[in-house]
Amino acid sequence: MTAILGHSSIVLALLAALVGIASPLIAARFEPERFRTAARYSIFGQFILVTLAALALIYGLVALDFSIKYVAFNTTRATPIYYRVTGLWGALEGSLLLWEWILIIFAGIVAWIYRQRHHEMMPWVVMIFSLVSAFFLAVIAFLSNPFEAIFPVPADGRGLNPLLEDANMMTHPPLLYTGFVGLTVPYAFAMAALIVGKIDEAWITTTRRWTITAWFFLTAGNLVGAWWSYHVLGWGGYWAWDPVENAAFMPWLPATAFLHSVQVQERRRMLKLWNLSLIIVAFSLTIFGTFLTRSGIISSIHAFSSGPVGGFFLAFLAFILIGSFGLLAYRADLLKDQPELDSVVSRESAFLLNNIVLVSALFTIFLGTVFPLISEAVAGVQVSVGAPYFNSVTVPLFLLLVFLMAVGPIIAWRRASWDNLRRNFLWPACVSLLFAIGLFVWKVREFLPLLGFTLLAFVVATMLYDTALALRARRRIAGEGVLRGLVTLTRRNQRRYGGFVVHLGVVLIILGIAGSMTYSREKDATLALQQSLEIGSYRVQFEGLQGSQQPTHFRVEGAFRIFHNGADQGVVTPALKFFPTQQSPIGRAVHQSSLSEDIYLILSGFSEVDRNQATLKVLVRPLVIWMWIGGFVITLGTLICILPMGKLRPDC
Amino acid sequence: MPIRRLIIAILIIGPILALLAFGFSRDAKYIRSPLLAKPAAPFTVTLFDGKKITLEDFRGKAVFLNFWASWCAPCRAEAHDLEAAWQKVKDRNMVFLGVALQDSDPASKEFLKEFNVTYPNGKDESGKIAVDYGTWGIPESFFIDPQGRITYKHVGGIRASLVLEKLEEAARGIASAQEGRGDYQGVR
Repeated sequence: MTAILGHSSIVLALLAALVGIASPLIAARFEPERFRTAARYSIFGQFILVTLAALALIYGLVALDFSIKYVAFNTTRATPIYYRVTGLWGALEGSLLLWEWILIIFAGIVAWIYRQRHHEMMPWVVMIFSLVSAFFLAVIAFLSNPFEAIFPVPADGRGLNPLLEDANMMTHPPLLYTGFVGLTVPYAFAMAALIVGKIDEAWITTTRRWTITAWFFLTAGNLVGAWWSYHVLGWGGYWAWDPVENAAFMPWLPATAFLHSVQVQERRRMLKLWNLSLIIVAFSLTIFGTFLTRSGIISSIHAFSSGPVGGFFLAFLAFILIGSFGLLAYRADLLKDQPELDSVVSRESAFLLNNIVLVSALFTIFLGTVFPLISEAVAGVQVSVGAPYFNSVTVPLFLLLVFLMAVGPIIAWRRASWDNLRRNFLWPACVSLLFAIGLFVWKVREFLPLLGFTLLAFVVATMLYDTALALRARRRIAGEGVLRGLVTLTRRNQRRYGGFVVHLGVVLIILGIAGSMTYSREKDATLALQQSLEIGSYRVQFEGLQGSQQPTHFRVEGAFRIFHNGADQGVVTPALKFFPTQQSPIGRAVHQSSLSEDIYLILSGFSEVDRNQATLKVLVRPLVIWMWIGGFVITLGTLICILPMGKLRPDC
Repeated sequence: MPIRRLIIAILIIGPILALLAFGFSRDAKYIRSPLLAKPAAPFTVTLFDGKKITLEDFRGKAVFLNFWASWCAPCRAEAHDLEAAWQKVKDRNMVFLGVALQDSDPASKEFLKEFNVTYPNGKDESGKIAVDYGTWGIPESFFIDPQGRITYKHVGGIRASLVLEKLEEAARGIASAQEGRGDYQGVR
């Protein structure tokens, strides 16, 4: 019953989507008004039907309706209720349904908010949404149906992939999907603008908040993914440049570039073609990511189930790319006559350079990701490029980006004078130089880390200095104190100060990455009872093994007491989890964090005969915690950018 | 003008899509190692007791070549199995050779002592042997027949029974079509 309800909702939603595609076309030719509203109602129809289908699947999962194959494969009777709900995105079929659900929620909100505005563009925006939605609905309805029946009905299910039994799995996929799907909004408006032929700044100003929101979810999704990798996968790292990680990260690069370059278009009416291309690329990469993940064409440590959907995603990707760039080529004549760049020392050119760096990073990561394919097509041998390639090509690019992060928001538009540069950058440059000398004297002697930390300090110094100057001005004008002044400044220019806070978050994340990349130490040993291992200022002492039966698995825990500089930090228990459905055990690493460094313990083995022996790997990773703190700072900054705060400036 | 731009766009997009479509023609998970049934790359290794051994010295014998490191957990897991296998075949026309990768001397020696390893072991000082053999995860084991051809490659931990079986095949010059997989750790 649940399955029939779910599946028929999907099929009906597909019909509604087809109406949504057809009606603007008919409206353009014959009778505008009626068909325009039809397009909007088709979105609301899809919204209701897809929501019904998603709720049906969730109900099936929670109520353990094992007659549905998806439920039988992704839950067991022992699965706790919250993991049953997250089973919605535990495998391909459900993930696609979740994706479609988020997409149609976005579409519904857009169609509702702009129901009285953008009369010319909206039907086409709705059409683009319906087009994307129709593709997903068709895949869900006919290729990877989450409501497929199984017969005979099994007595118990097979269970979720154990790696997904983690609290972060509740947040990571939905966040990432929301980021991916959010990019559809600016994409749909861009395409609508191209179709209508009104390529001014309207589509950009309209979608500003949407783009920032999508960017935020992409950032958060990637960070939570890194956090999950760090504390669940148990290898001590948070990023492995695996194809699937790259697939999630790649859309972030053009999206970030887009956020910056649209400001140039808003302000100077430049880069129209570039902005349209960026959003097409960003949106295409979200489809590419799913294609890469689900087609199995490149081997990855993420063993996702790959179904027959790969080919369809590729066809859709081809359609999107050729269709969008074709439209762009068709409208190319409208995109001419732009103002020229006045000077290379200006905010425009800083943003342009930022774009070039981000796109170069995208290109190198893309190349590295598909390199196994290229090498096999050309030389017949599959060769993967690993983390060393990605690190060595992206680190210099990201350092340049950090430098631009200091310059871009402060430097003057059009043409910065010497006087201007000296006023804005002289003191921050001196401060960061002193900071660099201090670091060198203290202990940072290698070139890249020294440069990296100095640049980070430079970013912070420019922002603080700029804000301090503005605060001084507030005190002169209105006699406001620091706090009051900050509030006024932020309310007057949410974008600027929100942007500062986001940049501060990025600085913290890069600080965490730089620290843990450069100064990590690790050690492993087989320890007998009461034996200990020393690493840096830590001593780890083995205090015994313990086994216990958990609802879904058998768990072997090692107890280790950590001493830091001789002080007892308590006992931690890294574990190995043995799932009956899995061949090899799954590690549960533990770590203790402090602001300066994390100590990270992995139980890599134990002796089955002798209960008093365990093999342990210990890592000390400096500054990792700042990555997660940076994530919170970015959240705060994003909120400052997009929340409506007073009516001081209507465009914020 | 638009047509020209369209053509340029398609010229860029087309090859990318073609490349991705090419991906379907193969299975990324099972790629035959290009080393199988090919002559093993020659090398010289300095043993921990100071002696030098060249692969050439073993011509006419079946060779089991194992890359390992003391910091690699799966290497620890297979160490007892390897020694046990060695004890079974050491009086026959077969040799074992261990090569430590990216490891410090004291740690390597400690490891050999801990697991009572008696077959010869040396270290890949320059890292060149590992490159020649394309190691990307350790432990990695190679089986070489008396004519000096690689007959089988196994990435990751291996059991004694499989070592013995594949050594018999190597002695008779039988090459496997596919490499094997066990639990492994990435090379740093």
